Amino acid sequence: MKLSDLATRLDLKVYTAGTPLERPVLGGYASDLLSDVIGHGRKDDLWVTMQIHPNIVAVAVLKELAGIVLVNGREPAPETLQQAEREGVPVLGTRLGAFELVGRLYGLGVKGS
Amino acid sequence: MAAEDVYRQEFPVKGGDFAKAGTVACRIKELLKDLGLDVKTVRRAAIAAYEAEMNVIMYAWQGRMDLAVSPEEVRITVDDQGPGIADIELAMTEGYSTATPEMRELGFGAGMGLPNIKRNSDVFHVDSQTGQGTRLEIIIRTNGHKP
Repeated sequence: MKLSDLATRLDLKVYTAGTPLERPVLGGYASDLLSDVIGHGRKDDLWVTMQIHPNIVAVAVLKELAGIVLVNGREPAPETLQQAEREGVPVLGTRLGAFELVGRLYGLGVKGS
Repeated sequence: MAAEDVYRQEFPVKGGDFAKAGTVACRIKELLKDLGLDVKTVRRAAIAAYEAEMNVIMYAWQGRMDLAVSPEEVRITVDDQGPGIADIELAMTEGYSTATPEMRELGFGAGMGLPNIKRNSDVFHVDSQTGQGTRLEIIIRTNGHKP
């Protein structure tokens, strides 16, 4: 499923206005530990996290993740947003907690490894 | 050991500079892609570079990363001036970390840095002098996918 379809169906807020959401999402990973995502995330995964600082963008670039969803209504730091737009990493958000969001993503066919 | 390098570059890394964290690794990834290395080699080298860069930023005062690419391998050598690693074997244990509570709040200190480097490299050496610094030698073989 495309990121844009997931955004619509789960009512996700899109923070990176200039970044296309047409990438396919092939799976998902949920973690707040950066090295855990570096170690276990896969290319084209959607990353669910509550970290909002700029380093999440570098992790997404290095792992070629499909995008990042911030949970619990957390908003990206301004530098995070700038870096994400520069690198073309989609950053989205939801008021839902990680458990609930992951459950809904799973229901739509986005699964872990 | 290695055939002639087709590319070499040095990158300084400043300890404590979290705002720039990951930029050297991203740059190395771009360079290796541009050199025409295969996707898997690029990905492994980028991950190893990221973890090595983060270690310098989190723990050392300053450091330097040297990238050298030959047709057979990608070598990343990291030298830092810092506190060093007292027990390398313990530091290699997944889950062990000396990160501060502040770092952990930001999602660092998973205790996976050195294990991630090991997993993504073919040769990995750690040398450390307590109170002086640490040297990492990381080699990723290109397995015939020559640049």
